[in-house]
Amino acid sequence: MNTHHHILSVKHCSIIFGTLLIFTLLTVAAAHMDFGYFNFPLAMLIATIKASLVVFYFMGLKFDSTENRVIFFSSFIFLAIFIVLISSDVLFRKADVYVPHNEIFNAKKFSSEEVPHD
Amino acid sequence: MYSDTTADQEEKNNYLNHSKGIKSWLTSLDHKRIGVMYLFSILIFFLVGGIFALIVRTELWGPTKTFIDANTYNQAFTYHGTIMTFMVILPLIPSAIGNIILPMQLGAKDVAFPRLNLISYYVYMSGALLAVVTLFVGRVDTGWTFYTPYSIRTGGATILVLAGAFLMGFAAILTALNFIVTVHKLRAPGLTWSKLPLFIWCLYATNIIQMLATPVIALTLMLLTFERLMGIGIFDATLGGDPVLFQHFFWFYSHPAVYIMILPAMGIINEVIPVFSRKTIFGYGGMAVAVFGIALVSFVVWGHHMFTSGQSETANFIFSLITMFVAVPTGIKMFGWIATMYQGSIRLDTPMLYALSFLFVFLVGGLTGVFLATLPLNVHLTDTYFVVAHFHYTMVGGAIMAFLAGLHYWYPKFVGKMYLEIPARIGCVLTFVGFNVTFLPQFVMGIRGLPRRYYDYPPEFTQLNQVSTVGSFLIAFGLLWTFLFLIISAYKGPKAPRNPWGANTLEWQTSSPPYHENFETQPIVTKGPYDYHS
Repeated sequence: MNTHHHILSVKHCSIIFGTLLIFTLLTVAAAHMDFGYFNFPLAMLIATIKASLVVFYFMGLKFDSTENRVIFFSSFIFLAIFIVLISSDVLFRKADVYVPHNEIFNAKKFSSEEVPHD
Repeated sequence: MYSDTTADQEEKNNYLNHSKGIKSWLTSLDHKRIGVMYLFSILIFFLVGGIFALIVRTELWGPTKTFIDANTYNQAFTYHGTIMTFMVILPLIPSAIGNIILPMQLGAKDVAFPRLNLISYYVYMSGALLAVVTLFVGRVDTGWTFYTPYSIRTGGATILVLAGAFLMGFAAILTALNFIVTVHKLRAPGLTWSKLPLFIWCLYATNIIQMLATPVIALTLMLLTFERLMGIGIFDATLGGDPVLFQHFFWFYSHPAVYIMILPAMGIINEVIPVFSRKTIFGYGGMAVAVFGIALVSFVVWGHHMFTSGQSETANFIFSLITMFVAVPTGIKMFGWIATMYQGSIRLDTPMLYALSFLFVFLVGGLTGVFLATLPLNVHLTDTYFVVAHFHYTMVGGAIMAFLAGLHYWYPKFVGKMYLEIPARIGCVLTFVGFNVTFLPQFVMGIRGLPRRYYDYPPEFTQLNQVSTVGSFLIAFGLLWTFLFLIISAYKGPKAPRNPWGANTLEWQTSSPPYHENFETQPIVTKGPYDYHS
């Protein structure tokens, strides 16, 4: 049983907080720039760094027992299952299932009045 | 052997008499009282959900309109499904019976976080009331699955129901967290992992599923709410979203949720069968591992709900294949129970009758599940009454039969009185017969191609529908009979001894009803929970 609780110093808290603020500004700045193919990977990279800082320092995982770290990271296995199995659908759907892209956006949106009730 | 003084002491200090008044119940941190509050609340919702079932079945007495219009019919089956799933069967065994029994089986005074336990009850009630209040402010007709795109476009207070389901999921997470910590930290001396009762193992596996899967449904329902309010284009195809993605998100939770309902039910059967067969459970280790096998497989089979949704053929093949693996751990459990009964001294008291009923209905539900997992058959049977019958046999028949087994088994512990045996057996027979009369004809209707959820049907289905409707009223009569005699037993039943069934688990070592803090002294475990030979 892990009875030791690590208390993060005010100095360290401030550094992490400041870093998070900087990365938040980076998130906003990146959203205003076009990196083409790298738009999504860049946004995910910044978000992952921010989440990691929160998990490791503010939630104390860096100072926690190995058992808890294993439990935490094992939850990613379920995330991987979720993504991989959904990909087995999304990546292998036949192309003719889809309506052409421009038609999707030109399609008339249903309003609730048009939904048949009787 | 107890003296009169001990009996007086037990009477005065038991959890029912420890403090008096409504406030003492509503603010109680005692896990047993919180469990009883859950039990009463859930049974009230069970009554409401049951009334909606009878409305649906009565409307289906004949083709075309019997007594309600099509819109009201859609709303009736939506509320029946939503109430029964989110408010009744999901919390029924874990939050009600689990809350009362789990700490006692562990030899603990209470759960690890009693305040969190009480909060979880109020969060559950807030969610349930939020969903039910829509009956008066804007009825919902989406079905309990909230499938897009219909749920995005339809009227009614859908968002309130989604918020209600979100809150109830939150309550389930809090309870699951509480139980997991309790099992890890508050076991009695000597109660090693290999000596844990299988009911605890089943609750533990259920809690892990709840912790991992429930956040996904919470996220999904929030996304659906944003889609309705702001049109964010996640699920709405007209905005570039993917409606099938909603089904992936929904079933990633809702398929494991089937096992949130059925694993605790299996846990009860694990307790009842050895006690009433006077035999050690067959293959304790295998039975415990099978529970986790079922829990694990439950996370990777959700796509079998979506074979005709437009999901890719590759995904259909993968999900059909993996789904077959569910049969392996489930088969281990079924054979384990049968082997436990083999050459046992079987006593057919009411809990055992319900356990045997469970074995029958769950077997039918499980085997018809193999039909549905088979891809070519599924294309024919999906969205027909075959599916309705299948999931009622597993989720409802399984969970309700096991719940009633558990309720009668632990009734002496809950109330301190014995239930009246003959009326209880009659109630069991009525419910079992009613259940099969209701749902067996639905398999036939489904194979013949009658779609589920339809308001109207061709005249050749009239007779089978009428048999099913008669069965539904028989279930209602059986359940009302059962609960009526349980209420009467609380007043007129004979005083229950500590251990009327001669069971080995720790809850039977304390008084009936138990002390406020469960045990007079800390129990020490020296033998296994199913050791009837030493």
